Amino acid sequence: MIDFFFLIPIAIGLGLVGLASFMWTLKNGQYDDLQGAAERILFEGEAGPLPEKRYPGSARPPNDTPWTRTGQPEGRSNTLN
Amino acid sequence: MSCCAPGAELDFQEAGPSAEEIGLASRPAGDGLRRTDLSVPDMHCGACLQKVEAALGRLEGVAEARANLSTRRVSILWRGDAPPPMLPALNTIGYSAHLYDTSGNHEDLALSKLLRALAVAGFAASNIMLLSVSVWSGAEAATRDLFHWISAAIALPALAYSGQVFFRSAWRALRHGQTNMDVPISIGVLLAFGMSLYETIGHGPHAYFDAAVSLLFFLLIGRTLDHFMRERARQAVSGLARLSARGAMAIRPDGAQIYLPVDEIEPGMTILLATGERAPVDGHVIKGRSELDRSLVSGESAPQQAAEGTELQAGILNLTGPLTMVATAAAKNSFLAEMIGMMEAAEAGRARYRRVADRASRLYAPVVHATAFLTFVGWMIASGDAHRAITIAIAVLIVTCPCALGLAVPMVHVVAVRRLFELGIMARDGGALERLANIDTVIFDKTGTLTAGNPRLSTGGGASSEALALASAIARHSRHPYSLALAALGDGRPPMALDEVSEHPGAGLEARKGSAIYRLGRPDWAATGGGAPPDAAVVLSKDRQCIAAFHLADRLRSGAREAITELRASRLRLEILSGDNRTRGGDVASELGLPFSAGARPSDKVTHIKALQQAGHRVLMVGDGLNDAPALGAADVSMAPGSAADIGRNAADLVFLRDSLLAVPQAAAIAREAASLVRQNFGLAIVYNLVAIAVAVFGLVTPLVAAAAMSLSSIIVVANALRLGSRGPAGAPEPFPAGFIHPSPAGAAE
Repeated sequence: MIDFFFLIPIAIGLGLVGLASFMWTLKNGQYDDLQGAAERILFEGEAGPLPEKRYPGSARPPNDTPWTRTGQPEGRSNTLN
Repeated sequence: MSCCAPGAELDFQEAGPSAEEIGLASRPAGDGLRRTDLSVPDMHCGACLQKVEAALGRLEGVAEARANLSTRRVSILWRGDAPPPMLPALNTIGYSAHLYDTSGNHEDLALSKLLRALAVAGFAASNIMLLSVSVWSGAEAATRDLFHWISAAIALPALAYSGQVFFRSAWRALRHGQTNMDVPISIGVLLAFGMSLYETIGHGPHAYFDAAVSLLFFLLIGRTLDHFMRERARQAVSGLARLSARGAMAIRPDGAQIYLPVDEIEPGMTILLATGERAPVDGHVIKGRSELDRSLVSGESAPQQAAEGTELQAGILNLTGPLTMVATAAAKNSFLAEMIGMMEAAEAGRARYRRVADRASRLYAPVVHATAFLTFVGWMIASGDAHRAITIAIAVLIVTCPCALGLAVPMVHVVAVRRLFELGIMARDGGALERLANIDTVIFDKTGTLTAGNPRLSTGGGASSEALALASAIARHSRHPYSLALAALGDGRPPMALDEVSEHPGAGLEARKGSAIYRLGRPDWAATGGGAPPDAAVVLSKDRQCIAAFHLADRLRSGAREAITELRASRLRLEILSGDNRTRGGDVASELGLPFSAGARPSDKVTHIKALQQAGHRVLMVGDGLNDAPALGAADVSMAPGSAADIGRNAADLVFLRDSLLAVPQAAAIAREAASLVRQNFGLAIVYNLVAIAVAVFGLVTPLVAAAAMSLSSIIVVANALRLGSRGPAGAPEPFPAGFIHPSPAGAAE
């Protein structure tokens, strides 16, 4: 009986680790472009298979400021910060 | 009109969106960056991906370009006052691209939600199954209880999380007094869990946690695949170029030009309409001469003259010269909005179609639940043991749980939608396939559907080859659609030298060769000396005397003839409903041997379809224009080519992206095959359930039997679904007597 106290938590724990890592890859956008990722692995250079951090895959920007009528982005002065 | 077909319009539209339009479509991405999404349909491989990213990355102002090969899109982050020249950069390396509308991407969230639910259910099902196998192979007393408790601890959160997909939908249906497939699924799962928990507490031998969770797991697999296939089709459609204007260049009273989004254009504003642009709102021309392509708006295939005072409807394409127009209606009151309103009204009027699965569940749920109840009553009378009677009654529910039924329809649809996808046909949902399988009438629009969008000039055989060569040589000097068509006539002939060529906008071309003056253009301008046939669209004249006349002829879309033949072979009623005039509609109709009605306004099309439906016909509408959108909404099921107007494309149940009209019979054939497989699957599921009920009613079901029976039935149903399309290519032309396709007298419609 005592074996169960080790073996069952280990078995379920391993399953949970698998589940958690799947959730993480899903959230991380690793399934967004399976075809592209398969090709990128063959590229030379620095670029990794995933976009860089500052460019979130499908996340929406916090506020949708419209393109201004004069054809220039709003807050032009702080674009240069 | 197709973006793949070489044609006059392509050259005009290649101007693409202006910098202002790109700016308008971009979104801020923080840090002073803006993000623009482009659709690049020709990006096929890793090398393409690299080239596209490199070309865009080199542009000044571009912070990052990231291509997605699966969705054929590029996201570009850029900074600065004006968008970098992204589209020209892609055009120079040989890729056509257009702006992608990011407004409708909520669906991605639904898919990842389903995937998460699937992952949790998969984890729970596999772990509970491990414990259950130990129980089945003989774990006793305390061990069995421990395993049951652990199973319960895993099953409860899994059901609470993954089960939501079904519970929510079941609850929605119940609240509206309806029932769908999710109702019996939810009842079965919850009862199985409840009874197992009760058994576990009472140290009972039989717990069905594995059945409850693996049922969810199997059903979620079907649901996720179904969603994934539809999402892929939807994305392929939304990646098509947008044909309506996003905005327009307006002139302020002080003379300054500003680019306004369509919503902000008000009546009375002056708008500049460059060549290759579509009118953003209704209005009339106040300056300039040009020609208009109304094919998407009214179905007229021939370009029409525009001069001061010409009325413009939103969506008309300006072909040859810049125009200045005054808006007479805001976007929400324009022709486009009117069509959308009519379409919505038509859709609301269409009888709500009940999907096969829902109809089945309406029969299924009462039968199974009544059987379970009768079993309970029977065992109560026979044994008087309430616990035993309830256990057996619930076992009946579990073993008949609609696993096979729940998978019977979606699996067939997943396979069918995939087959259609391979043929370039995007199906929006499975319901459309069911409706498509039942049609008995097909109504075609003419312009852009039966015919290729760009008209062709034909000589009618009356012109000498010398005259043709001359016409083609003169036509080379102009970008007018007719000229482009004529210039193509001379391909392969030695070029002819001309001394001087000048273009007269709105009239034609004048060329001098030696002492002779040649004119190529409108009959009333070129052949003032007479001799031009009355119905000629373009004539070539030498010193005002007509020497060759050209008629406008619609060119049939590729595969149109074969498609009509095949549809006839499957005994469908066919007809043409066109907004174009009688002559040109009649030409196409007699060529294909179909009855036709010409000059149909959008409301006429809807009325016609409604009348057919009242007479008991089930109608498939195939159309592409703005003017077809209400009819697409009214028909039982609708198809549109990828070149269709935006709202038509969005209204249609199926969109075919390849040029050939053979897509229509192919889709119909696949839909019919899918329908027959769905019926077979229901048959299999019913047979399985009859056997299972018989076993369960006599109290012979153990968790092991339930698990085995459920898996087996699911596998059989899935395997049967996979047979779709294995009987050779769907919609392959079948041989039949040649006499059958001879044109019948046309023009006898309505």
